[in-house]
Amino acid sequence: MQKFDRIKFRSNMSSAARQISVSLMAVVVALIISMLVIAAMGVDPMKAMSKMLSGALGSKNAIAETLVKMTPLLFTGMSYALANRCGLTNIGMEGQLYVGALTATIAGVYIPGLPMIVHLPLTMLAGFLGGAIWGGIVGVLKVRFGANEIITTVMLNTVATNLVQYMVNGPITEPPGDDAQSSPLLDSASLPIILKGTRAHLGILIALLFVVLFYLFLWKSKKGYEIRVSGQNPNAAIYSGINTGRNIILVMLIAGGLSGLAGATEVMGVQGRLFPSVSPGYGFDGIAVSLIGANTAPGIVAGAFLFGILRAGGNSMQRATGVPVAIISVIQAVVILMVVATGFLREGGFKRKKAAKRQNVQEGGVSQ
Amino acid sequence: MNAIDILGGLLTSDLRMATPILLSALGLLIMNRSGLINIGCEGIMLISTFIAVAGTYYTHNVWLGMLCAMAVAGLLGAFFAFLTVSLRANQIVVGVALNTLGTGISTVLNRMLFGMDFISVKEYAFAKISIPGLQDIPVIGQALFAQMPVVYIAFLLVPVVSYFLFRTPIGLDLRSVGENPRAADTLGIDVYKMRYGAAIVGCMLMGMGGAFLSTGLLNSFQESMTANRGFIALAAVIFGKYKPTGVMLATMLFALGLAVANLLPSIGSTIPYNIVTMIPYLLTIVALAGFVGKVTPPAAAGKPYKKG
Repeated sequence: MQKFDRIKFRSNMSSAARQISVSLMAVVVALIISMLVIAAMGVDPMKAMSKMLSGALGSKNAIAETLVKMTPLLFTGMSYALANRCGLTNIGMEGQLYVGALTATIAGVYIPGLPMIVHLPLTMLAGFLGGAIWGGIVGVLKVRFGANEIITTVMLNTVATNLVQYMVNGPITEPPGDDAQSSPLLDSASLPIILKGTRAHLGILIALLFVVLFYLFLWKSKKGYEIRVSGQNPNAAIYSGINTGRNIILVMLIAGGLSGLAGATEVMGVQGRLFPSVSPGYGFDGIAVSLIGANTAPGIVAGAFLFGILRAGGNSMQRATGVPVAIISVIQAVVILMVVATGFLREGGFKRKKAAKRQNVQEGGVSQ
Repeated sequence: MNAIDILGGLLTSDLRMATPILLSALGLLIMNRSGLINIGCEGIMLISTFIAVAGTYYTHNVWLGMLCAMAVAGLLGAFFAFLTVSLRANQIVVGVALNTLGTGISTVLNRMLFGMDFISVKEYAFAKISIPGLQDIPVIGQALFAQMPVVYIAFLLVPVVSYFLFRTPIGLDLRSVGENPRAADTLGIDVYKMRYGAAIVGCMLMGMGGAFLSTGLLNSFQESMTANRGFIALAAVIFGKYKPTGVMLATMLFALGLAVANLLPSIGSTIPYNIVTMIPYLLTIVALAGFVGKVTPPAAAGKPYKKG
């Protein structure tokens, strides 16, 4: 009989399995903490949670709502993950989403007379380009001027929300300009509904298609390989002749574009026109989605699904039990904090230092 | 209204509006100098705005409310340091989580304690301290000599923080930890202790800023009432080139933007409000790109340090 070897066992356990267990643990702890908060409010936490679940998955309509909420989260999750794979911290998804929504609205409202087969992709493209410009600025500022992308993205977020507010109150406001909103998008630029009688629109399928592209790009293309190398070891990347500067700009263009698509699908599929508050924080949610998903394609789908459930179910929980939807933000924050805190355990923690040295496990490129 | 009154009023409201941002920016500066970047300033301020109102409401004393907010903010600072210093978690991600937490918890607590009621703490508001004689000087009299005490405190903290950072041994240690933690460690400076201290004190200042915003300026709590002021503070630290005086001038400039933006509709201007509010952020980006002289952040800012 072979003795159970803990160290060997741990090294054999694939990094993916460990990542999944860390993510699951984070989610479970976050749910427990939020249930305690709900209990402190004098509401039965089990009732609140079951209301949330039935509101997110309990009926055809509920599932459709979850899909609707998932769509932007998939895009912003990919946006953060892609930049993170290249060693960048893109926290500008919110701003890129806003600009993408703005450019998509302009294309969707002011280009009449096109058939849907042309207008729909064109409007999506406009959204992508809007976000790409907003992300590309960050890349150029970093490569050309050495400006830290964290600060520039934070600043550009606020510039973008102000820009959208200005636009819907001024240049693109719906005549006669009584409300802070744009004119409705033309029918040829609106994403068709895929489940009759619900709000589920084509955007979810487009988003999932982009997840596949995201996977193929990062793991099956030469560029993607370069990007991952640059993220894991910038020096090695430079020595092996990879043009890291150009890759940074490219990555920020695509990452911005992906967030832009989140904004585009929101106006084209859900809201039908541009409002000053087009996103309730989908951009920032992308960070949590990507962290939960460890920057992998299937992980991002799982993370977006989870937060989609929270967002969709949160509303019916509020209606049924009076627990404010804002509790979702609390859950989300705890999830993020749990993942980064347990990342320390994954690295080796306090006591595992020696074991970690001996096992010499290749971590799956999880950088937070 | 004549021009002098407008100018005086603008200056008065500029200093008042700069106060919460200045307090938070000084807190951020202290953290930054020790090597910690706290994107979560907005969230900490937001939690503090609520705690201050709730504290004032229950204790009937606005100063106690502010102390409650500072205590909670200090705890959050310790928590931030625990995650980023002891556990070496990514500071940016933790900061983002604090922002999310701030939005969520301030709203949840508000609904829990007060439901949908609107709570005003106007009756406990800070009393103005007017200095007889000096307050009657045209233009600057009201602005400089008839303000709430917190405004004086905030601006007096500028030379205090400056003296602390650049003239005291602890300040020197703190800055060395932010520039080169390895070397500081070799010299026997406790890097972790320094960063914990900076995080706690820094966040307490943000708490004070948040408290003044709600109890001092608006006498109430509203959801998401910080409206990006935490990010303006972040911008002010960079635009002020990581120096207390520079940070003060930057916050006064940015607050002037806010004051002017608020004034615009009343004087019938057609310049859109949102364009004016964009200016601080655009200026900061320009500064970061190096168009207004070089901005050098502390060398170790944002990087975790592992002892031994």
